[in-house]
Amino acid sequence: MRRIEHYAPLLFDKEEYFTQGHRACQGCAEALAVRLSAKALGRNTIVAMATGCMEIVSSPLPTTAWKVPWIHVAFENAAAVASGVESGLKALMRKGKLPQKKINVVGCAGDGGTADIGLQALSGAMERGHNMVYICYDNEAYMNTGIQRSSSTPFGASTTTSPAGKVRLGQETWKKNMPEIIAAHGVPYVATACSSYTVDLVEKVKRAAATKGPAYVHILSVCPTGWRIPPNLAIKYGRLAVESGIFPLYEVKNGKYFLTFDFQELVPVKNYFKGQGRFRHLTEEAVARIQKKVSEDYEKLKAKCVNIKK
Amino acid sequence: MTESAKKKVGIEVSLAVAEAVKQCDADVISAYPITPQTHIVEHLSELVANGELDAEFIPVESEHSAMSVCAGSSAAGARTFTATASQGLALMAEIVYCVSALRLPIVMVVANRSLNSPLSIWNDHGDVMMVRDSGWVQIFVENGQEAYDHIFWCFRVGEDRKVMHPVMLNMDGFIVTHVVEPIEFWSQEMVKKFLPPFQPLHRLHPDKPVTMGAFGPPEIFTECKVAQEHALVSCMPVIEKAWDELYEVCGRKYSAVEKYRADDAKTLLVTMGCLGETARVAIDELREAGEEVGLVSLRLWRPFPFSQFKAAVKNAENLIVIDRAVVFGGVGGPVALELKAALYSEAKRPRITNFIAGLASRDVQPEDFKQMFARAKKKLADGRDDEFEIYGVRG
Amino acid sequence: MTKPADQWKWQELEPGFVITNPGNASEYKTGDWKSEHPVWDEKLCIRCGLCYGFCPDMAVRQKASGYFEGDYNYCKGCGICAHECPTGAISMKEGRE
Repeated sequence: MRRIEHYAPLLFDKEEYFTQGHRACQGCAEALAVRLSAKALGRNTIVAMATGCMEIVSSPLPTTAWKVPWIHVAFENAAAVASGVESGLKALMRKGKLPQKKINVVGCAGDGGTADIGLQALSGAMERGHNMVYICYDNEAYMNTGIQRSSSTPFGASTTTSPAGKVRLGQETWKKNMPEIIAAHGVPYVATACSSYTVDLVEKVKRAAATKGPAYVHILSVCPTGWRIPPNLAIKYGRLAVESGIFPLYEVKNGKYFLTFDFQELVPVKNYFKGQGRFRHLTEEAVARIQKKVSEDYEKLKAKCVNIKK
Repeated sequence: MTESAKKKVGIEVSLAVAEAVKQCDADVISAYPITPQTHIVEHLSELVANGELDAEFIPVESEHSAMSVCAGSSAAGARTFTATASQGLALMAEIVYCVSALRLPIVMVVANRSLNSPLSIWNDHGDVMMVRDSGWVQIFVENGQEAYDHIFWCFRVGEDRKVMHPVMLNMDGFIVTHVVEPIEFWSQEMVKKFLPPFQPLHRLHPDKPVTMGAFGPPEIFTECKVAQEHALVSCMPVIEKAWDELYEVCGRKYSAVEKYRADDAKTLLVTMGCLGETARVAIDELREAGEEVGLVSLRLWRPFPFSQFKAAVKNAENLIVIDRAVVFGGVGGPVALELKAALYSEAKRPRITNFIAGLASRDVQPEDFKQMFARAKKKLADGRDDEFEIYGVRG
Repeated sequence: MTKPADQWKWQELEPGFVITNPGNASEYKTGDWKSEHPVWDEKLCIRCGLCYGFCPDMAVRQKASGYFEGDYNYCKGCGICAHECPTGAISMKEGRE
């Protein structure tokens, strides 16, 4: 019997701001994450989105899956465009050229558009303190262009530009820790979320929208196509990523760390890797290496959390 | 008509430009500093800091973000301004192309400067030629008064519902930006008369959700570009009307193509930007010496003023085009290329000699124009007028 | 009804190709994509709504009775709902609906 917090009909806004008819793959947990974020943000939202899966599947001219105002300009500037929208609205409202209204301004991008090419614009926006939300939909590679590695691709994962071959064995670097990088900017709210934990995701995006100043939410978005798993297992693997400590759910509120779920025992990482085509080449030695780092990093994170009894 | 008591102030041109932006009541200024634009953005941030201009001044972390912030701000319906030069323009070039297709009426001053490499902070047109094809309305000014006047003009034209295009005001770096000139300021009544408030056709607002910047599959992309090209060339009537209105307000007449002693000239020098002022001195001296020479200077670069240009040169036998940028591996400077193409299908067209001069602010004095005039004569006589020359090279 | 992309004349585009009909993507019925579809057994269904919450295509709707059904016009047949259902009330059957 699953957790009661998934009693969906009472806990979600019924309105859909991201409509049916989008062209995402079957079982796309990133589309689910976008759907849930849109519910959390509500009608009074303006989205500035970067080039990527969600932008492409939701805006094929002459149609759009967006019921809220939405703009796409380029790949690396979602945070900058959002900064511009926020600044424009702020100036217009202050000068009486627009009536006062609380409008959520949100910059959205994938892991490539956040951690790689978009990092500069994001860092600038966070440092300048704009009243905005930034959501990274992390499917752990450049999926829209055909599954190339990003700095968010986990160690060992096979992608088309970090393939598992005879000499090199997949991604050789560790996943860049974006939530920590943004927390180091001193913004008031940072959170990690996963579309397998729907209500938690909605709560966190709502908290981000209610934050005065910059807020950052990093959402693990399982991609069946890129991770080489059957579409119906997208939710299961998101859950495993969290339960194994590979993608811990936590929040940083004004510099204070709060762990969202604490597990008595972490699920072994090999259970997470099993069944994912992108990891099937991993040797026992590689798995052991990863397990060691995941366990250590998890303990380090727990040590920082104020809501965990030491 | 024009106001009687006008305020003339001795002021650095960059600061005057900033003052004009203030008088336009810009809402958002997003800028990254780069020589030789810095005085413009510094003065603007001073005006904001002192409460003289109520605007959001966004000190972005790169020029790419400067133009991206402008895109978001303009899409939200705010009057938006930025300035850049050289490498900054190169860095933001990606977004420069986006915002014209998105029809966002941003105004940008480019303090023209060479492109690397080698690094050069000095003036030529290398930077703006890189975005020649970007779909912006583009003009060149020759001096400070023109720069100041045209800030109002840029917002007036760009934001017009029949235009809705971003507008680029090119002013030569250091040579125009950093000189102190007596500038005749507009009163706020004049600004109010000339420049209406910005009322975008579409804006990002939850009251009326729209999608901007959708992706264009092959079946529809061509139509999008046709619509964009049509929109740009259709700006001409509004552009000319805005100059007429500007004349009504401040008494200074500007046009797409400026002529100086051109109507009875056999030979015309053609310039764009600050060289025009020096060329006029050379023209006078050459005329004294009996030469039938005049000047045509291009104020409007895009949309290219075909009919006005053809009319200006119709009586000339020779054009000496003085470019400020190199088209490597090509057949001449960019302005010469443009003019040759513009005149190609004319039954009667002048011979065109092309010099490239004044790269990285290398001085071009009246004597140099006279030299180029003499060299052009020789080239024409030798039948070598189709070879372009970079003027004043040692070696 | 929005015309398909290849029928638009350039004059018909909004300036800046702005789309002024929010959500018109729903004119495209992605239900064609599936090769199998979910079926609810209301005897087993406890109306928890997990299926509704987990559907990436908004293709699960709640009926007046409180039980759930698939919107086969849009359901892509991914099978997430069937896999996540805690009581096994949803099974995937061959065919589009």
